[in-house]
Amino acid sequence: MPSMTMIQALNSAMDVMLERDPDVLVFGEDVGYFGGVFRCTAGLQKKYGHTRVFDTPIAEGGIVGAAVGMGAYGLRPVVEIQFADYIYPAMDQLTSEAARLRYRSGGEFTAPITVRTPCGGGIYGGQTHSQSPEAIFTHVCGLKTVMPSNPYDAKGLLIAAIEDDDPVIFFEPKRLYNGPFDGHHDRPVKPWAGHPMGEVPEGYYRIPLGQAAVLRPGAALTLLCYGTMVHVALAAVAESGIDAEVIDLRTLVPLDLDTIEASVRKTGRCVIVHEATRTGGFGAELSAQVQETCFSHLEAPIERITGWDTPYPLAHEWHYFPGPARVGEALKRVMEF
Amino acid sequence: METTDGRAAEGGRRQPLRFHVPEPKCRPGSAPDLADIRLPQARLPRPPVDTSSDQLHEYAYGLVRVLGDDHRASGDWDPGLTPDFLRKGLRSMLLTRLYDQRMLRAQRTGKTSFYMQCTGEEAIAVAQAMALEPDDMCFPSYRQQGLLIARGWSLVDMMCQVLNNSGDRMKGRQLPVMYSAKEASFFTISGNLGTQFIQAVGWAMASAYKGDTRLAAAWVGDGTTAEADFHYALTFAAVYRVPVLLNVVNNQWAISSFQGIAGGEVTTFAARAIGYGLPGLRVDGNDFLAVCAATRWAIARARAGFGATVLEFYTYRAAAHSSSDDPSGYRPEGEAALWPLGDPIERLKQHLVAAGEWSEEQHAALTAELTETIKAAGKEAESFGTLGGKASSPRTMFDDVFKELPQHLRRQRQQLGY
Ligand SMILES: Cc1ncc(C[n+]2csc(CCOP(=O)(O)OP(=O)(O)O)c2C)c(N)n1
Repeated sequence: MPSMTMIQALNSAMDVMLERDPDVLVFGEDVGYFGGVFRCTAGLQKKYGHTRVFDTPIAEGGIVGAAVGMGAYGLRPVVEIQFADYIYPAMDQLTSEAARLRYRSGGEFTAPITVRTPCGGGIYGGQTHSQSPEAIFTHVCGLKTVMPSNPYDAKGLLIAAIEDDDPVIFFEPKRLYNGPFDGHHDRPVKPWAGHPMGEVPEGYYRIPLGQAAVLRPGAALTLLCYGTMVHVALAAVAESGIDAEVIDLRTLVPLDLDTIEASVRKTGRCVIVHEATRTGGFGAELSAQVQETCFSHLEAPIERITGWDTPYPLAHEWHYFPGPARVGEALKRVMEF
Repeated sequence: METTDGRAAEGGRRQPLRFHVPEPKCRPGSAPDLADIRLPQARLPRPPVDTSSDQLHEYAYGLVRVLGDDHRASGDWDPGLTPDFLRKGLRSMLLTRLYDQRMLRAQRTGKTSFYMQCTGEEAIAVAQAMALEPDDMCFPSYRQQGLLIARGWSLVDMMCQVLNNSGDRMKGRQLPVMYSAKEASFFTISGNLGTQFIQAVGWAMASAYKGDTRLAAAWVGDGTTAEADFHYALTFAAVYRVPVLLNVVNNQWAISSFQGIAGGEVTTFAARAIGYGLPGLRVDGNDFLAVCAATRWAIARARAGFGATVLEFYTYRAAAHSSSDDPSGYRPEGEAALWPLGDPIERLKQHLVAAGEWSEEQHAALTAELTETIKAAGKEAESFGTLGGKASSPRTMFDDVFKELPQHLRRQRQQLGY
């Protein structure tokens, strides 16, 4: 099996889908000729032509609005918002339109669109190139929200997203585009080559939306995470020596409640890690769900390790970032409660 | 203080700065006065459809008209419509007006919560529907019910949507008048103004991508042109030369704000097109023949591969904005009657009468017949219930959020007892 970076895996997913389905179109700012600022769409315009893969005006609301219209026609547009930080100009088209077309028309019209967008920090992007706004979208009824943590999942989930008949917001943790990450900014980034999650089949396969992955079985506590934090969590577990069960959620909506509940009932403890700011973050929702469904099994309060409630500060990003040390301390606190 | 760099010469001392808030000329209490409205006198010829948009600038400031004050058609915009076509148009406009009256009464008697009429604007939706093919996709605002009526869509189905009853195809989820009728190529209406404009552009791009022959057409009010989506639509339509009709219905009012607040005091809405390199035409929206002619021109242009046209229909919203609105609070009584472009139904009627193709007796008979049609449809629709009565099951509330019901929604539905 070839080894791929997450960028290559995403490119491969779009390539496979453009090949299989003439109704798939890819567009966004700089995605055509240049192949996207992160090169996720590199080579696709050349291969599929500029009516299937093309550049758009710098108008996020226009990109998503046009995609909604195309989706209503019956196409499956895959659009790129250059950075998740710039998704806000498209909010109305996403939350009021794409998310509710099916509902408001009683099922007559749908928007089977996929919105890809790079998110997260750790590349010195400052406060306008580092945000993780996934929780905002999980609050919107009718949108599916996905965030992969590795190339294999990224490809399988993106194919499932493109094939999905509902609108999907697909967050790509850009810290993981080129290699896995153990949360230590002073250590060089390892390449995905040789990493088991970097082994990606060339052809078609899908990972169903709404299924979490148990990455590390454990008995002492349940660690819920997704995206870049999966790698931080695995590092924290290795460094602390605590026998934690690490669950990569992969899809936030729909959420795999069964896997979460089964794990917490078994371990009796739960720690949640995400990179996004704390207040109103998805961790709050996870915590509430676990409390509602597993209260009698809990032996310690649920802990959330998150980014702080500040914008992402460039010079201090490693203080903002929840690293393995912070996660490790939380694991210890929960075990010692 | 004088400066030596020439600034003094341009205006001397620095004055306190000002800005201007547009105000309509008349407010309640004063007599309505539309004398300021200057209708262009010169007749604009019908240009070939392949005319480049930079040759069409005067069309954005003029007014495409066919019917004169004598109710006769003249000029080379005259679309040469047959008497049958015109009578069909008259019928649909009249049916639309009677439908509005009946539904407003339904609102007043508590059978539904809300209603919006299109009184005075009937020619736009009806003539455009008749100019478009039945399968061209319409992305309307809430004031184009005439599209469905002209397309012969079921009045009972429309009424059920207004009454939010068990026959409502949207299962009681939408504000009345926010119709959806995919079979009639009528896109689901959003309550968020303007969002459909760029969606129509996307739809038309998809149609062109598939080698389809179906156009898209979209409608916004004058007030809505200020929304970003309007500008997204014009940019995308121009950049990708999209086969789409972008219609602005300038009915002079956006709820209580006159068209000057949306920018209509400084230029026309059709002229917005110029900056994007699109043709913009200002059209007498109360002239059924002019609406049809201009729409046909834009359609021919789109079908021939020349892309989008912006059409501004100059008209007047004769009735209240909605059943929740009272226009006597912001404009003088009787203004509608002074509208210099008249009433669209009356004008088409007089045109047919002048041509010897219609009579007062025929008109009275048609009005009586359509009143009966509406009454019968009303009865049938009410047999499916009215607001607060028979409705779809609350169980359906959880349907259509996603294609398949996810676990969390199944749990929530169970909590509600279904
Ligand atoms: C995004 C958005 N902002 C505000 C409103 C509230 N609203 C509903 S209708 C309306 C006026 C629209 O005026 P115009 O575009 O001129 O259309 P008209 O009603 O005259 O047909 C407003 C402000 C809304 N529905 N959506």
